[in-house]
Amino acid sequence: MKRLSFSTLMLWGGLAFIYLPMLILVIYSFNASKLVTVWGGWSLEWYAGLFDNSQLMAAVGRSLQVAFFTALAAVTLGTLAAFVLTRLPRFRGRTLFGGLVTAPLVMPEVITGLSLLLLFVAMSQLIGWPERGLTTIWIAHTTFCSSYVAIVVSARLRELDLSIEEAAMDLGARPWKVFILITIPMIAPSLVAGGMMSFALSLDDLVLASFVSGPGSTTLPMEIFSAVRLGVKPEINAVASLILLAVSLVTFLIWYLSRRAEENRIQALRQAQEA
Amino acid sequence: MNIPSLNLGRRLVIGVPFIWLALFFLLPFAMVLKISFSSAEVAIPPYTELVRYVDQQLQVLVNFGNYLLLAEDGLYWSAYLGSLKIASISTLVCLLIGYPMAYAISKARKDLQTVLLLLIMMPTWTAILIRVYAWMGILSNNGLINNLLMGLGFISEPLQILNSDTAVYIGVVYAYLPFMVLPLYANLVKHDPTLLEAAADLGARPIESFWKITVPLSKGGIIAGCMLVFIPVVGEFVIPELLGGPETLMIGKVLWQEFFNNRDWPVAAALAVLMLLILIVPILLFNRNQAKELEGRL
Repeated sequence: MKRLSFSTLMLWGGLAFIYLPMLILVIYSFNASKLVTVWGGWSLEWYAGLFDNSQLMAAVGRSLQVAFFTALAAVTLGTLAAFVLTRLPRFRGRTLFGGLVTAPLVMPEVITGLSLLLLFVAMSQLIGWPERGLTTIWIAHTTFCSSYVAIVVSARLRELDLSIEEAAMDLGARPWKVFILITIPMIAPSLVAGGMMSFALSLDDLVLASFVSGPGSTTLPMEIFSAVRLGVKPEINAVASLILLAVSLVTFLIWYLSRRAEENRIQALRQAQEA
Repeated sequence: MNIPSLNLGRRLVIGVPFIWLALFFLLPFAMVLKISFSSAEVAIPPYTELVRYVDQQLQVLVNFGNYLLLAEDGLYWSAYLGSLKIASISTLVCLLIGYPMAYAISKARKDLQTVLLLLIMMPTWTAILIRVYAWMGILSNNGLINNLLMGLGFISEPLQILNSDTAVYIGVVYAYLPFMVLPLYANLVKHDPTLLEAAADLGARPIESFWKITVPLSKGGIIAGCMLVFIPVVGEFVIPELLGGPETLMIGKVLWQEFFNNRDWPVAAALAVLMLLILIVPILLFNRNQAKELEGRL
């Protein structure tokens, strides 16, 4: 019993450690004083100023665009990879394939960023494509996000009851039809989760984007970074708070959706038992 | 009739992600290796070609100078050692804080577990940049901690915490703690509680069964968590750049400076190759561990 209370204490302490700095950041974003560390009363002026900053707003637009297309591509690629990992146990190069899927999760970003840039430079010398810009950022983000999607989706695929897919195949459905009509709907929640995760990861990335971006393709984290390097600024507090708000809303949405899905499942089970 | 189409479909399903990853993840490492043997040049792109055809002669120029430079200059050695030291200590601290946290979550009520898990996951979706930035305001000379300590009369002059190794440790543990908790939880929650009951029936005290049953069973989670922290931290750039001081030497930061400030792409590539060599064992360990977890063997 004593050990249990120690771990609970650590849990609450850890959560406080994780959330207090973010809370302080949000509080200080409403600080009226231009001196970041002196409290000068509540104010919204830094938020109002953001929308007049056209450079920043353009960067937000570019980041959202890249994040959207990254989410689409990463979910597609990641789901295929997860399917291969969970449903096709034996083919040549499977170990290599597994390694290629999991290694991007831990590979330091400076290595991935530099190596991709060198590849892009060599490719554009050879075949004239791709030009450095949003496309190259999209490729870089898609590559590492699809690994995250593959992990999330393969966890779900492994839980699935294979007999449903087998029954459909026995009844004469083609594999791709089974996949689209049966497998996809069953793994839909994890596809949504993987997509949101990719969107967030792409929106957050600084290092990869810095390496592979070209002129005129500065993303939001790159803008923030160049400002932050010079010290703490009230405008940055406001931007950071807005990003924190967006992420918490998405997190809440995921929790709400998964709770409703769970409730529906329990209700369906109960009805099935009563019938 | 069905067989050829099945084979084509199978090839496509394997081929599309395989080719993408081979092209944009594997092939780039070959490029890094190649460029690390070229010399810097004022040109676009800023390096020399290894193979050239001049005066009807095929010339292959392999330059080992970048590696010699890395071996001779003490700065790079200290940067590698600094990275390894910071990564090892932070991983250990993350494990010591993260294990009890993951354990407490796995023992919580089922509906509470989902909420706690999301609370841990939420920061991983927030930019590391922003979470590190939050600490800049707290640790700076006229920041919250120093103001608080001075207000309470513990110190008369502000402590220099920001721009020091201490700040880097705080930032790294802060940023990577969730990556330790998540795999540990995923492992701990799968444990069969009847094992602990059996141990208790046989007279084991809770603390005994914790060390003899729970900890050994969670080996996979410990490996995954430690590797998820250690490997990226070795190459970390943002945290030492924003929280570290001039004496903070980490290889990710040095690589960034060689590339962006000195525009020396070949030296940056050589640094990346050496970093990969150091990390290859941990990465293989992580991959093998992941493969086991992916196949559901525990």
